[in-house]
Amino acid sequence: MTTVDNTNQVPARVGTRPALETRELHVSFGHNPVLRDVNLVVPSHTAVGLVGESGSGKSTLGKTVVGINRPRQGQVLVDGEDVASAGKRRRAELRRQVQYIPQDPFSSLSPRRTIGQTLAEALDPGKAKTSQHQDRITEVLEQVRLGADAMGKYPHQFSGGQRQRIAIARALILQPRLIIADEITSALDVSVQAEILTLLRSLKSTTEASMLFISHNLAVVQALCEYVVVLYQGVVVEQGSVDDVYREPRHDYTRGLLASVPGSEGFSLD
Amino acid sequence: MTKLARRGLWTPSMAGGLLLGLGLLVAAILAPVLLAEPAEQLTDAAGQPPSAEHWLGTDNLGRDNLARALVATRLTLLMTAGATAIAVVGGIVVGVGVWLSGPRVRKVGLRLLETAVAYPSLIFALVIAAILRPGVVSSVVAIGVAGIPSFARLTANLAAKISTTDYVTTARLLGVSPRAVALRHVLPNMAEPLLILATTVFSLSLVELSALSFIGLGVQSPDYDFGLLLNESLTQIYTQPTSVLGPSVMIVLTGVAVMLLGDALAARANPRQGRRAVRNPAGPPVVEIPDGDTALVRVEDLRVRVPGGAELVKGVSLTIEPGEVVGLVGESGSGKSLTAMSVAGLPPAELEVRADVLRVDDLNMLGHPDRGRLGREISIIYQDPGTTFNPSLRMGVQLTEVLRTHLGVGRGRANKLIADALAQVNISEPERRLRQHPHKLSGGMRQRGMIATTLVTTPKLIVADEPTTALDVTVQHEVLRQFRRIHREQGAAMLFISHDLGVVQELCDRILVMRHGEIVEQLTPGQLREGDVHHPYTQALMDAVLVVDTSPVRQEFS
Repeated sequence: MTTVDNTNQVPARVGTRPALETRELHVSFGHNPVLRDVNLVVPSHTAVGLVGESGSGKSTLGKTVVGINRPRQGQVLVDGEDVASAGKRRRAELRRQVQYIPQDPFSSLSPRRTIGQTLAEALDPGKAKTSQHQDRITEVLEQVRLGADAMGKYPHQFSGGQRQRIAIARALILQPRLIIADEITSALDVSVQAEILTLLRSLKSTTEASMLFISHNLAVVQALCEYVVVLYQGVVVEQGSVDDVYREPRHDYTRGLLASVPGSEGFSLD
Repeated sequence: MTKLARRGLWTPSMAGGLLLGLGLLVAAILAPVLLAEPAEQLTDAAGQPPSAEHWLGTDNLGRDNLARALVATRLTLLMTAGATAIAVVGGIVVGVGVWLSGPRVRKVGLRLLETAVAYPSLIFALVIAAILRPGVVSSVVAIGVAGIPSFARLTANLAAKISTTDYVTTARLLGVSPRAVALRHVLPNMAEPLLILATTVFSLSLVELSALSFIGLGVQSPDYDFGLLLNESLTQIYTQPTSVLGPSVMIVLTGVAVMLLGDALAARANPRQGRRAVRNPAGPPVVEIPDGDTALVRVEDLRVRVPGGAELVKGVSLTIEPGEVVGLVGESGSGKSLTAMSVAGLPPAELEVRADVLRVDDLNMLGHPDRGRLGREISIIYQDPGTTFNPSLRMGVQLTEVLRTHLGVGRGRANKLIADALAQVNISEPERRLRQHPHKLSGGMRQRGMIATTLVTTPKLIVADEPTTALDVTVQHEVLRQFRRIHREQGAAMLFISHDLGVVQELCDRILVMRHGEIVEQLTPGQLREGDVHHPYTQALMDAVLVVDTSPVRQEFS
């Protein structure tokens, strides 16, 4: 069932260091292994979709890369550098190169801080003063198509989709090498989801960041990513370009995922 | 006043608390100035009973009891405020400090706090008061310090809860120092509950300070607070009972004032509490169905509004024939859930519901239809499988509820029926599942469990409010299959709500598109498949549906 198929690996582009690489990553909670032997590459300027069902370990992988979880074994390389073996200061720099966007737009922004303060904190964790960074904050708010007047407002004054834009702005403001988006459209209406995907697509061409896009929906991944990695019970069962994997899925689980999106070919309720 | 009322601040507790509190403040400020002489001047009129001149009589040194009680207000309030400040500030510092430290220190710190909380604070205060010399300052310090552990524990618990939110996690990932996380994120977000808890500390401190003075370890003569007045009047309680009245009443009034204020603050912190249920005019429990009206559900001109405010559902009319599956689609805030819940007879209590007709079979949903029939004939499946079930009850008890209470099936037989139904919706080991608590089951399993109950209760109408939104696509697929299947087998009519046209297209016979509280378009699945839609909003919803494209040459997206 869980054979590893590496024939269609995501290529590490020649000449450029990948934004992210994991080598033989093992993560366990207590005695439960959650991720086993995960080798993953996110090339420069590329969006990679990480798909799998609840409990497959896809969120754990994202959290391990940003440092919320610690791997039991294996390496996480950001821009070609092993995060764990870097010195303290360098490690902090590498961590800032990877930005994480959580799923729930309602708990990712502090209710008592203005949007400006939240964004300023990302830019300058020590002082977090809005006044010194007004230009950069305005710029990044415009990038996510919110006006500069959002700066003085509080999270409750925004809808779910707008909050997710703010969370994206917080990730962008540091001009990171990699953005990890953990199911960021799952809690949104389809119409709002479509807006966020349009935004992310335009950001792909205007920013330098690569993206690891975690989702359970293959249609969403297809709309955004060049490559896809399928995780099943903590093991990578399939990876490759979206075109190849979607046209000729090798693993039963991938086939099931492809047929689960309503309206798609092969979707049936009988 | 109107502004306060609108914000839900002007509650009876708030009014009472403020009034009492202001009265006490006036007494604290003015009494020592105006009543110093009758309160402290020794006279020959010792031990007098109540009279027109001395309403509560005099004490054994000829001082007016009422005046003394009023003058004591200032010292008592100052001492209580001082002790509260020490307990609150100390508690926040210790609590946040414990939470900020490393895991090992935190564990030890929390254990120590728990031990300290278990130890009665009055005894703790007695020890401190005995070590220091009895007096005003030492009793304030003693009671204040004794109050620190319990407040610290509350602070640490609140901080622990906030520390698991995404915004704190993100701040830490960004490299914000623990101290800044505490000051920027943790403290501001727990200010409200802490303020409410502080009022409890205030009234507790009042009682403890009075107790300390009462047993002679607190305030010493010639100073006096409520506790010391009680102590002095105790000797004459049989000869002159009115003398204890002053300080006792003052202690009670102060406590009540503070508790009322705390209660009002707590009510404000919980916005639901401020809302009032609307009394909608009740119709008869059943209506007569005119001849030729075959619809199972008929809704005509349904209007749901916030009393005196916005109209959320603006004149919706719809019918559902027996066995028909109707999809109701729209974005958040379009009024689709309100419409469905009004049909099911469960609109939010604070909203006003009006309609020309609102019936399910002959049940008038505007009246008070028979609860037994409601339970048997309408099933509701909610969006969030995580909160549909009571976490403390086993699945079996909850899934068999309708069978047992409304259909009068015995427990053993009900369990057997449900177990069979669970097996039919592909739930493995159904008997074991029935003995489990909800948290042991995945979201998809719980949702299928809800569907399984409809297999045995055979309702006429199933109202499903975004039942697959919280689920993974693979699980959603399985749940939708089960919906199709029970529909095939039971023939129940269904009102299926979703924000995803792709989901309803496969399942429904008819699709209603809702926006801003109105139905803007009605479609068949065939029309949807062919893109034969007319309203621009429906078109936008269709464009938002993403499907997997597995054709050999992939289209480039714009």
